[in-house]
Amino acid sequence: MSNFFEKSDLSRSQTENIISDTLKKCDDGELYLENSKSESILLDDNKIKNSSYSSDLGFGFRAVSDEVVAYSHSNEISKNSLKKSSENLMSTLKSAKGTYNKSIPKSNNKYYENINPIEQKTLNSKIKILNSVNEYLRSKDNNVKQVTANFNGEQKSIEIIRSGGETLTDVRPLIRFNVSVMLEKNGRKETGVYGIGGRQSYDSYLKEDNWKNVCDEALRIASVNLESKPAPAGEMKVVLGPGWPAILIHEAIGHGLEGDFNRKKTSAFHNLMGQKVASEGVTIVDDGTLDNRRGSLTIDDEGTPTEKTVLIENGILKNFMQDRLNARLMKTKSTGSGRRENYRHVVLPRMRNTMMLNGKQTQDEMIKSVDKGIFAVSFGGGQVDITSGKFVFNCTEAYEIINGKIGSPIKGATLIGDGPSILKEVSMVGNDMMLDPGIGTCGKAGQGVPVGVAQPSILINKMTVGGTKL
Amino acid sequence: MVKDQEYLKKKAIFCLDFAKKLGATNSSVVVSNSISETVNFRNKKLDESNRSDNLGIDITTYIDNKKSSISSSNLLDDNLKTLIEKCVDTTKNTPKDEFNSLPDKDLLAKKIIDLNLYDETHLENEKKIEYLQKLEESASINKKIVNTESSFSENKSNFILANSEDFCNGYKTSSFSASSVTVAQDGQSMERDYEYSSKCHLQDMRSAEDLGKMAANQTLKKLNPKKIGSEKITIIFDKRIAKGILNTFANAISSSSISRGTSFLKGKIDKKIFSDSINIFDKPDISKGLGSRSFDSEGVKTDTLKLVEEGVLNHYLVDTYNGRKLNLKSNGRSGGTSNLYFDKGKINYKDLLSSHPKSLYITETIGHGSNIVTGDYSVGATGFLVENGEFKYPINEITIAGNFKEMFKNITLANDLEFEYSTNSPTMMIEGMVVAGK
Repeated sequence: MSNFFEKSDLSRSQTENIISDTLKKCDDGELYLENSKSESILLDDNKIKNSSYSSDLGFGFRAVSDEVVAYSHSNEISKNSLKKSSENLMSTLKSAKGTYNKSIPKSNNKYYENINPIEQKTLNSKIKILNSVNEYLRSKDNNVKQVTANFNGEQKSIEIIRSGGETLTDVRPLIRFNVSVMLEKNGRKETGVYGIGGRQSYDSYLKEDNWKNVCDEALRIASVNLESKPAPAGEMKVVLGPGWPAILIHEAIGHGLEGDFNRKKTSAFHNLMGQKVASEGVTIVDDGTLDNRRGSLTIDDEGTPTEKTVLIENGILKNFMQDRLNARLMKTKSTGSGRRENYRHVVLPRMRNTMMLNGKQTQDEMIKSVDKGIFAVSFGGGQVDITSGKFVFNCTEAYEIINGKIGSPIKGATLIGDGPSILKEVSMVGNDMMLDPGIGTCGKAGQGVPVGVAQPSILINKMTVGGTKL
Repeated sequence: MVKDQEYLKKKAIFCLDFAKKLGATNSSVVVSNSISETVNFRNKKLDESNRSDNLGIDITTYIDNKKSSISSSNLLDDNLKTLIEKCVDTTKNTPKDEFNSLPDKDLLAKKIIDLNLYDETHLENEKKIEYLQKLEESASINKKIVNTESSFSENKSNFILANSEDFCNGYKTSSFSASSVTVAQDGQSMERDYEYSSKCHLQDMRSAEDLGKMAANQTLKKLNPKKIGSEKITIIFDKRIAKGILNTFANAISSSSISRGTSFLKGKIDKKIFSDSINIFDKPDISKGLGSRSFDSEGVKTDTLKLVEEGVLNHYLVDTYNGRKLNLKSNGRSGGTSNLYFDKGKINYKDLLSSHPKSLYITETIGHGSNIVTGDYSVGATGFLVENGEFKYPINEITIAGNFKEMFKNITLANDLEFEYSTNSPTMMIEGMVVAGK
């Protein structure tokens, strides 16, 4: 645990007094302290290209009155700096006349260990694995022309001090291992990328079998893409594989169910609560409580314990994801979804691990039912326009389906669909739900936070495939 | 007030000296401070105020050609000592790389030109609020505008870059930016669009009224869109999308992509990659330019580059490390381009629109669909159907696709270039792309 006041001219009791004074007439707010340590080791082009370490310390002071948020942050934890922030907040909220809401729910559940993954393994042992990755891939296939592999490790300690002195803390480990390989054959180049990660030590991921699996998967994707043909263009049936393709759910409907967009009525879902927004059999949850998952949190960045929030149950819209501000204004409770990238940013309602739960069909049945369409196994990034509801994602591994059979691989293409209606086009839900390998980062309002997704295979009746073959 | 040069210099020199003492053969350090104040409005009311004070330091140490780096936001001498010890220690344990080094001393910037990048005006939050009130009034005149969000941000920064080859330089910059996002609704149709303005100097900003009006008009035009069929078609990219294509080109000619062999433009120096009429410049010395600079992130002086001349690629964007690998001298592009732009074309905007009986005018793209390894391009898009020079109706839920190798050869540019951002393009037409819709 970090002691944020150890080297400061500011004592804890002085800090608590400043917080209580500043938030006196506000509805909510807190001082958020953060100490993060992170490392990044990169192998690229046969060499260790970069080994870097970063330590970041700072606070964000937030005051909330009605709908207005005043925020001030600094990386100097000092009397002067905190006072300046306090003045800044009070000048914005001069006319505040609220009553501070002291209550915050408690929980003793923890979903990851209090460890610092960076210190658990020596730099040399990590460099050794990266070099082995490079040698393994280059010896496995003569067409390998480029290998990039990297480790990222992080430990983030946070402390939230609320008016009245109530304090909530969390220590969050996070690691990520990624491999990218480029093949060249007959003048054609294609890449394959695969990675794993989560909130645990490096050990769990870096046994020889595990890193070799990551390499094999990246190489397999690149090899498939070397044989790919131009993708078709137009509306057709799409079968999505299990696991990571659930970023479709994240983009298509997840963002649209975040509290802020619905309070502001800018989401296409804002007036659909209790209504049917998906086919029967479609149930979607956002769960912060899965052990060691990338999107899991013991408490969110306002101190609320996370939970498993049911968003859509059997096709019916049940809940939005809420932070404290939006929950208060929408007269409901926080779902423990208040998150921020770091102390430089305000809290926003965000996703954690977003999952579509199992149905009854098999992937085989889905593919057999398609005359002409595509089978999408893996994706790169996605994006959504919340207001119009239109969303996209990019295939990184996909095949054409002809007459119920999987055909040739097709080139990376963008798929576009309409968020509010896409789930009504889901005609089969598989029984093979899988979690993603732990690689997702979600961007919103310039803030990136780690997230997870999961889904079984699903069949979508129609989506537009953005290929070049007419 | 942002920290002054003297404070930043003192910290930088402290780090260089301490690294040397611990056995670093070379080192470089960046110390920076930026303070920004932002006010956000929503539906004509104050929504958020945000003050941000960021102090940061990045240190890179070399022992011969081993290299490692650290960064921190804590500038207390004790903390810096601990971090530099860790950095030097890591450097010792990092494998050698023959291409690691500081830039050649004779390439470092000798003089700093005053590019007029700092406006000391401080706008109190009350004044920012006044600006946003005017903006939102102007944005919400039409009843179909159901939601407005806007933001005004003032930023002041100062930095020092120093290295053990006696380079020690930096300067202050400022920026003022405002944005307006509006949502329009008509029955079941709900659309969003935006406009923004960002300048070094306050007085150069677009007026609040104009900004609000432009955002609202652009949004209203998008209401009740249709989806069209899949076909081969001529695409016209609005300036704000065309500049993104120029940024993709810049990524593809960065020396890191070239030296790693992961760009479709590798080996294309002196080759024709665009049509004859295309010229691309990167000009770092534009007064008040948002991308202007006197040296790059390694201290190397930056001169204007004519990257593409009559369709032929003249230069990659070269930094020290990748330059050594490629046997090229750094041309001061560590950290990317400065003010990058397509020279304006010959045809005016109206004639461009009516040059084909039918075309698609694209105002927004979504998704990360540019692959610089293969040159493949496929993105989601919204825009308008244009027939005989007239905007017919809005279009959405389509994708547009092609490959940059062919797209670049089919570009025609209008003569409407303006210097609004750090990357700028005139309106751009590309023939022979594929749209996927119904």
